[in-house]
Amino acid sequence: MFFTQNATRITDRNEEARRFRKKCEMSFPQPKPEVPQLPQHLLRTIDCQQGAVRAVRFNADGNYLLSCGSDKSLKLWSVSRGTLLKTYSGHGYEVLDADGSYDNSQLCSCSSDKTVILWDVATGQVTRKLRGHAGKVNCVQFNEEATVILSGSIDGTVRCWDTRSRKFDPIQILDEAQDGVSSLKVSEHELLTGSVDGRVRRYDLRMGQLHVDFINSPITCVCFSADAQCTLTSSLDSTVRLLDKSTGEMLGEYTGHKMKGYKLDCCLSSKDTHVLSCSEDGHVYCWDLVEGSLTLKLPVGKAVVQSLSFHPSETRLLTAMEGRVQVWGAEPEEAEEDEDVVVVKQEKV
Amino acid sequence: MASDGDSDQDFVTFGTPLEPLEEDEPLRKPIPVHEQTVKDEKGRYQRFHGAFTGGFSAGYFNTVGTKEGWTPSTFVSSRQQKAGRQNARPEDFMDEEDLGEHGIAPRQIITTADFASGRKDLIGDKARAITSLSAPIPGDTVLEDLVAPARSSMGVELLRRMGWKDGQGVGPRVKRRLCKQEADPATRVLALPCLPTVHQNHGTRRMMMDLHGLGYRGLNPLAALRGGPGAGNINLFTMDSDRTTNLFGEDKKGQRRRGGVAGQGFGVGAMEDDDEDIYHRDTMSNYDAVLGGEEPGDGLYGWTAPQQYNRKKKVHSKDAAYLGKILEGFTLGSDKMETKTIFPPPDLPRDFRPVHYFRPVVDMSSVSPMVAQALLTSRGHMAQEEPSKGGRHQLDSAQRRELLGETALQGPSSVFDLLKVEDRERLSSLRRPSSETTSGPRPPTELPPRQPIPGEGRAAVVAAGVAAAAAKASAQKALSSRFAPPAEQQQEALSVWSGPAAQAQAGQTFKPFERTAHKQARYDLYIDKLKQGDRDALELSLDPSMTEWERGRERDEFVRAALLYKPSSSSLSCRFTRGKHDDAVEADTVEVTRDQENDVDDKQAAVKMKMFGKLTRDSFEWHPDKLLCKRFNVPDPYPGSGFVGMPKVKRDKFSVFNFLTVSESATASASPAPQAVKPSEPGKRSRWDVSGQAGALEKERKEKDPLSEFLSVARIEASGSGPDTSTTDGPTTDPTVEPDTEKEEEEEESRPPMDLFKAIFASSSDEKSSSSSEGESEEEEEEGVRSKAGTGPQISNQFNVNTSPPAPPVSVSATPSQHTDVMFKMPSGPAAAPPPQDQEMEEEEFGPRLPPPSSTLTAESRPAPTPSAKNDKHKKKCKEKYKAKKHGKHKKDKKQKKKHKRHKHKGKQKKSGRKEESSDSSSEGSDGNSQEEGGGVSTEELLRRLKSIRGKNLQ
Repeated sequence: MFFTQNATRITDRNEEARRFRKKCEMSFPQPKPEVPQLPQHLLRTIDCQQGAVRAVRFNADGNYLLSCGSDKSLKLWSVSRGTLLKTYSGHGYEVLDADGSYDNSQLCSCSSDKTVILWDVATGQVTRKLRGHAGKVNCVQFNEEATVILSGSIDGTVRCWDTRSRKFDPIQILDEAQDGVSSLKVSEHELLTGSVDGRVRRYDLRMGQLHVDFINSPITCVCFSADAQCTLTSSLDSTVRLLDKSTGEMLGEYTGHKMKGYKLDCCLSSKDTHVLSCSEDGHVYCWDLVEGSLTLKLPVGKAVVQSLSFHPSETRLLTAMEGRVQVWGAEPEEAEEDEDVVVVKQEKV
Repeated sequence: MASDGDSDQDFVTFGTPLEPLEEDEPLRKPIPVHEQTVKDEKGRYQRFHGAFTGGFSAGYFNTVGTKEGWTPSTFVSSRQQKAGRQNARPEDFMDEEDLGEHGIAPRQIITTADFASGRKDLIGDKARAITSLSAPIPGDTVLEDLVAPARSSMGVELLRRMGWKDGQGVGPRVKRRLCKQEADPATRVLALPCLPTVHQNHGTRRMMMDLHGLGYRGLNPLAALRGGPGAGNINLFTMDSDRTTNLFGEDKKGQRRRGGVAGQGFGVGAMEDDDEDIYHRDTMSNYDAVLGGEEPGDGLYGWTAPQQYNRKKKVHSKDAAYLGKILEGFTLGSDKMETKTIFPPPDLPRDFRPVHYFRPVVDMSSVSPMVAQALLTSRGHMAQEEPSKGGRHQLDSAQRRELLGETALQGPSSVFDLLKVEDRERLSSLRRPSSETTSGPRPPTELPPRQPIPGEGRAAVVAAGVAAAAAKASAQKALSSRFAPPAEQQQEALSVWSGPAAQAQAGQTFKPFERTAHKQARYDLYIDKLKQGDRDALELSLDPSMTEWERGRERDEFVRAALLYKPSSSSLSCRFTRGKHDDAVEADTVEVTRDQENDVDDKQAAVKMKMFGKLTRDSFEWHPDKLLCKRFNVPDPYPGSGFVGMPKVKRDKFSVFNFLTVSESATASASPAPQAVKPSEPGKRSRWDVSGQAGALEKERKEKDPLSEFLSVARIEASGSGPDTSTTDGPTTDPTVEPDTEKEEEEEESRPPMDLFKAIFASSSDEKSSSSSEGESEEEEEEGVRSKAGTGPQISNQFNVNTSPPAPPVSVSATPSQHTDVMFKMPSGPAAAPPPQDQEMEEEEFGPRLPPPSSTLTAESRPAPTPSAKNDKHKKKCKEKYKAKKHGKHKKDKKQKKKHKRHKHKGKQKKSGRKEESSDSSSEGSDGNSQEEGGGVSTEELLRRLKSIRGKNLQ
C-alpha cells in the first residue's frame, strides 16, 4: 500500500488527499492548509560590478549563484555569504545565460557573441568554445548528466553540443522554431523550448515526438514543474500560463504583472506551490499555483526585474535588477499566521 | 710468416679475423649474451629478439609497430575479389635482409623455369625427394642445392621439341657399326683422340654455351664414362648438371658401366705418361664469328637441318612458274586474294532532283472531289486513296478474308449482333446526337476541316500521336469533331482497358481529375466500365444532369485521358518516381501550406478563447539523433530511421472543425475523445479543491465555455442556410461539457434546473437523424466560420436578422412537448421532480433570442446594429469591463466570491444570480434584449444564452 502510494503521481495523491479531506469535512472542520512560505525577506544584496546582470542562476544544489554580466563576464558567488568566488571571462559580448552541471564541475554560458562556452569551474579556463549559432544565444542548459549542452539562439535553432566527444559540431540542430528561441529547459528526456513565434515546443526524445503548443504571443520563458506534469510559460502578453504537459490544456493563467517587451524569467517555487514571474514594474509577482491568485508582490526595485531563479530545494529566490543580485528568503522566525497577514497586506497594496 | 706477408696482400679477406691466440694470455671470460651486440649495415645496434620472434629485425625500434604506430590490419572483405586473391608467398613475410645476400632467400638472377629443361627438373625433383627421405638427416637436400644444377639452354629445349633426344647426335646419321669400327679402339683407352676427328668430320662449331673459360672442356661423359655405343657421336649438350646427377647416381646413366676416369677435370692419370695435352688448346676457328654464318650447302644436314634446305627446290619451281619479275626477298603467295565485287551505281533519270517531299495525308472523305482530283493530278496519287493500300497491316480480318477468298465465319460477326434490337437502337440513338453535334464529315463539299480550337486541336493531335498508327485517320476525325471523340478512339480505349494488363493493376490508375472529386469519380466509373468491357462506358458514366456541351467536353477528356494513361504506360510509370512538380502533387503541397495558415487562425481563435489543449497542440513525429539519445540515456525511438529531425510528412488537416465533429460524434456514443480531453482534470481539480472549489469551477468554465459558445455561434450563423439543422447540433456538444461537471458535483450540490437537462437531452433526441445531419452541420460550421473569419460579420449579421424571426415559432411548437418526453427518458437524469421554477424559467428563457453579451465570439458574430469594426471595438470594451468587474469582485471579498462560485454553477442561487447578471449584462451588451420577451426560444438558443452568461461570469 505504501509503495503503491509512492508510485502514484502527485496528482493522484492529491486526488486521494482531496477525497480524504472531503470525508473529514463531514465530521471535522476543514483543517487550515499549511501556508507555504514565500521568499519575501531580503537577505542580501550583491553588487556584482559587472554591468547589468542579464541572468542570475542557482547552481545545482543552490549553494552558489551565477551572474551573467553585460561586461562579458560570468561570476560565481556564494549565496550564503555573498562573496565572489570566481570570475570567468572569455566571452566576446554580454553573457545572456548560464547553467551549472549537476556535479558543479562545469559551467556553460552563452553570449551575444554567438558562442557557447563550457567552463571548468575550478580553474576558470575555457574548456570548449562552441561556435555555430548565427545569432546571439539566448539560453543554455546542460542536460541531466552534463553530457550535452543545449543552446537556443535568436537564429531560431537549438543546438545540441556534445561535451564528451572532441567534435565541435552540434549533434543535432533543432530548427523547427520559426523565430528566435528565447528559452529552453531540459528534463530527463525532454526538451522544452519557447520561441518568439509564440509556440512552446516539447521534444520528447523517448517517444520521438515533437509537441507544439501555440500560445500566440512571443514566449519569454518556459519551465517544467517539479513533478514534470506541467509546463509553465510566460509570454509577452503579460501572462504566465500553466499548461498540462501531456495534453497542452491550460491549467492556470496568471496575470497582473507587466511583461511587454523584455525577455523576463518566470519560475515555479521549489515545491510547485507558487508561480513566480519577473515584471517590468520592478516587482516579482508570486501567484498561488492552484488558485491563481496573487499571493505576493515582491518589490525589488524601480527598474525591470531582469531575471530570477528559485532555489532548487529551499525557499530562496534570486532576483537580478540592473547591476545587483538580491537574495530573498523566508524568515524562519516568523509564524505562519503572521505571514498570512503579511500576504494579505501585500495583496492589498 | 714474413714470406707469407706479401702474399697475404693478394688474398681477399672476408669476415673478421680471429685474434691470434696467445698462449700465455689468461683465459678470457666468455662474453655474456647480453653484451654480444650485433650491428646492422648502418652501424646501429640490433637486439636479438629470439629466433622465432623476429630475430634481429623485429619491428620499429624493437617494437612491433611502425613509425606511425601500431595498427592492426583492418579486415577487408575479399568477397568481391575471390578470383583475384592470391595465396601469400613466403616472400611476403620477408624483409630485405632475408632477401639479401646472406638471407634465407637470396635474390639472384637465375634462369627461369621457362628456359630450364623441364625434364631434368622432374628428375631432379624426384631425386631430391628420395634423398631427402633416405638421407640420414631428413631434408638434407642442402648439399644438392649447393651443387646447383645448371639448366639446359633454349636451344636444347628447341631441339628436344623437334624430336631430338639426349645422347643423340646432331647432324647426319652415322651408321653405328661404322662408328664403332672407327672409334672403338680409341675410346676404349682415351676419349680425347676421338673428339677432334669428330669435329672435323661434321664441320660444326661449338658455341659458347657455358661459363667456363674459353676452350675449357670438362669431362666428356661419352668418351670417358660411357665409352659405349654413343661414343661415336659427340654429346654437345650434356652439361655439368647431367654429370652431377650422374655422380649422385640416381640417374639411369648412373647405372651404366663406368669406364676409367679420364679427362681434363681430373688431370693426367698416374698411368699416363704424356701430359702435353692436359690443357686442351682450342682455337677461335672452332667458334662461329658470324651469326647465321654462311650456309654450308654441302647437303650434310640431317633431318633436323633447317627447312630451307629441304624445300628450296619446290619454292623455286613455283617461283619459276611466275612470269613476272620477283622482287628480291619476295615469293609468290600461296593462296589467292579475294577480289571485291563492286556494283556500279544505278543510272539516274535525267530529270531527277534529289529532294524529297512528304506528302500530306489527305482524307478522301473530308476533301472535296475537286481538290482530290487536283491532288491526284499533281502527285499522281493520293495518300489515302484506298484504305487497303495502306498495307496489309491495316487490313482487318474481313478484308484479308476477301483477298484470300475464304468463306466467312459462321456466327455473329460483331458484338452488336449479339445485342438485342432495342439495345442496338438505343445505342444508335445515343450515338446519333453525338454525331449530330459533330458536324458530320460526310458532306464533302467543304474544303478544309473547320478551324479547331487551338488547344483542343493540339490535344487531339497529341492523343492521336499517343494512339497507334491505325488511329491516325480517326484522329483526323477527332480534329474535325469538336467534342465527341470518335468511335475508333473509344474503341481503342476499350480494347486497351479491358485487356489483362489493365485488370492486373487495379487501383493503380492515374487520377487525372483529382482536383475535382466528382469528375474523378465519373472518370473512375468510366474506367471501371471500360475494364469490364462495357462498350458504352463513356455514355453511361457521364452525368446526365450536365449540359450537352459539358458532357461533350468531358467525353472528349475522358477518352483522351483513358488513352493517355492507358495501363501499359501506367505500368511503365510505376517504375518511375513521380516528379516533384507533378500537377496533382503540387495541388497537395498547396493544400498543406493552406492548412497551416488555417491552423494558425484556428489556434489564434482558440487562444483567444483560452481553449488550450487539442486546438493549440500539434504533435509531430520527430527523430532525435542517435547520439543525442545515447547522451540522454534514452533508447532511440526510431532505431531504423535514416534521418534526423522532422520528417516531411503531409500534415493532415487539424482544424477546429475536426475537433468539433469529433466531440459531436462522441456525444452520441460517449466515445473516448472527450474523455481524452478530461483525464487531467480530476487531478487538477483536486488541487483546486485545496483552496476551494470556486477556483476549479471557474477554471473549468474558462475552458469549457468558449467552446460551446463558439459552437453556438457557428450554429447561428449556419442557421441562415438551414434553420432545421441549426437546432440539431448546437446543444449536443454541451453534454460532453456539462454532464461531467454535473456528475462530480452531484453529491454535494443541489440538482441543476430541469431546463438545463431538457435543453441538453431534448435537443439531442430532437435530431432524428443525427448521423445524416452531422455531415451537413459540419459543412455549415465551416461555412459559418469562414464567413466569420473572412468577410463574415456583415453577412452573418444579415443572416441572423433575416432568419432569426421565423426560427422561434418553429422551435416553440416543437420543443416543449419533447422536453417532457425526454425528461423521463434521461438515463442519468434526476429522480426527483424538477424544481418548481422550471416552468417559469422555461418561459423566461424561451423568449426570443437573447444575445449573450460578453463572450468575444458571440459579440463578434451576434446580430449587432453596429458595423463590424465597431463591433470589435465594442467587444473589447466589454471584455475590459468585465475584467474590471471581475477584478473588483476579486478584491472585494474573497470568501464571498468563493462561496458564490461554488454554488453558482448549478444551484438555484446560481440561476438567480445569473438572471440578474444577464439582465445587466445585456443592458451593457451590444444589443438590446428586446427579444427576451418573446414567446418561445429554441433549445439551442437557451443553451447559448446559458453559456454566454457563464462566460460573462467568468470574465
